[in-house]
Amino acid sequence: MEMAYFIETIIKIVVILLIFSALAGIGTYFERKVLAFMQRRLGPVNVGPFGLLQVAADGIKLFTKEDIVPTNVVGRIFKIAPVITAATAFMAAAAIPFLPSFTLFGYEVHPIVADINIGILYILGIMGVGLYGPLLGGMASANKFSLLSAARGAAVFISYEVITGLSILAPIMMVGSLSLIDFNEYQSGGITSWIVWSQPVAFILFWIAAFAETGRTPFHLIANDHEIIDGFGTEYSGMRWGLFFIGEYANMFFISFVISILFLGGYGDGSFLGALGLLGKVAFFFFFFLWTRAAWPDVRPDQLMWLCWKVLMPIAVINIVITGIVMM
Amino acid sequence: MHNEHIEEHFGNRNVVEMNSDYYMVAIEDYPKDGWEKFKRVVRRAFRGELFVGLWVVMREMIRFDIHTVQYPMEKMPIGPRYRAVHEMKRLWESDTERCIGCGLCEKICISNCIRIDTKIDENSRKEVSEYSINLGRCIFCGYCAEVCPELAITHGGEYENASDQREHFLTFQDMLTPLDTMKAGTQREFEGFGAITPHEDERVKKTPLAY
Repeated sequence: MEMAYFIETIIKIVVILLIFSALAGIGTYFERKVLAFMQRRLGPVNVGPFGLLQVAADGIKLFTKEDIVPTNVVGRIFKIAPVITAATAFMAAAAIPFLPSFTLFGYEVHPIVADINIGILYILGIMGVGLYGPLLGGMASANKFSLLSAARGAAVFISYEVITGLSILAPIMMVGSLSLIDFNEYQSGGITSWIVWSQPVAFILFWIAAFAETGRTPFHLIANDHEIIDGFGTEYSGMRWGLFFIGEYANMFFISFVISILFLGGYGDGSFLGALGLLGKVAFFFFFFLWTRAAWPDVRPDQLMWLCWKVLMPIAVINIVITGIVMM
Repeated sequence: MHNEHIEEHFGNRNVVEMNSDYYMVAIEDYPKDGWEKFKRVVRRAFRGELFVGLWVVMREMIRFDIHTVQYPMEKMPIGPRYRAVHEMKRLWESDTERCIGCGLCEKICISNCIRIDTKIDENSRKEVSEYSINLGRCIFCGYCAEVCPELAITHGGEYENASDQREHFLTFQDMLTPLDTMKAGTQREFEGFGAITPHEDERVKKTPLAY
């Protein structure tokens, strides 16, 4: 029994790693295509049918590129920083139920690596640790602009951790558990039982904070593209930079799963339709990340801080207080 | 018609007059105190402008009106006066070279990229023996085409002149219109500097010469 559980967990980890590494690559393909169509361009078309093999071409390029470690950098930290980003992104996935449990060859599979009773706390904590990737990478790079970007990224991350935590406090009070599976079962009674109806404010706040946590466009201050350089990733090349990239895209997928499960009913009653529903919701949230990137401008760092501390945090606190009063 | 419109547009520059084309852009007043600032924030937050932006890009995606020119396969038409790689034209009457070897193009070339050498041939006529243009130095200013008294050297429409070294020379024979083109009557005249009258090529009569 112990051995079987061990093997099952290893297999699950490998499958999740493989699927989401591949999804991160395919995610870049979809991002390019969606952005291109929204800007009346074609996007990648030349490599493979509809440019689908562009992902493979990019992978080959990243893997075979020279691994440059510039002079004056703090070598070990410089090398470990991208690994932290990618690793924490995948570690956070351990507590996410990706699909309802199903039976495979007479063996019941739970598509969650570890159903721990502090699931959300664990995910938020690990995502918080993910901050060390950009921070250490920027600090070790021996580059002023990397350092600036890292400092800005740290400020954004830490500020929006507050929003994330406070906004899901109210749903946690309602459900009475931190496990994502309990959240799912709380909402398994169909669309009307989704938490988004009873906690719309928390949903919006968490969604906004998700953009900051993943560093996507309205809050794209961490790797600031419009400064031409790539923020904390300026000095990185080849697969080290690729690991930052995989981490970012895996984070986008995982945060989409978390939002769908927390607020939009997850996989519902666990039927096949429910599983498809979960994937559909995740696809929508992922698409929304790309959509906003095409439509919205970035905000300034001071506006971002203003939004966080003067607007979103008071709203989150008021939301918790009102929820508490209603629950009494 | 077109000029009239432009004159009207530029003639009426009186900003103060009510009937002028110019008008003041409506800019809302800046907030003076905290309460007005707060009202502005609320107004902007709930006006839904973010969703307008989302809708615009989504509309473009659904409409799928792609404007990309897939360059190596598709090419944009370029203007007839486009100043790309030079061409040496032939006479319509006799299909011989127009170039008389005067050397004005070499003299006027401001980037010193043209070299011309002439000799007296067996018929005691001046003949171009060496002619080269260094496209790595050429800035495509068009002076050579403008100064040419015979409309011999002109610019052409060939803009794909990337090469693997900076010094990329064109010789006289490279630029000269091939005889096949002349026999087919498809030599294209340059419409830029000092060009001949349009359709002049249709009016000239061939000299009865047998090659």
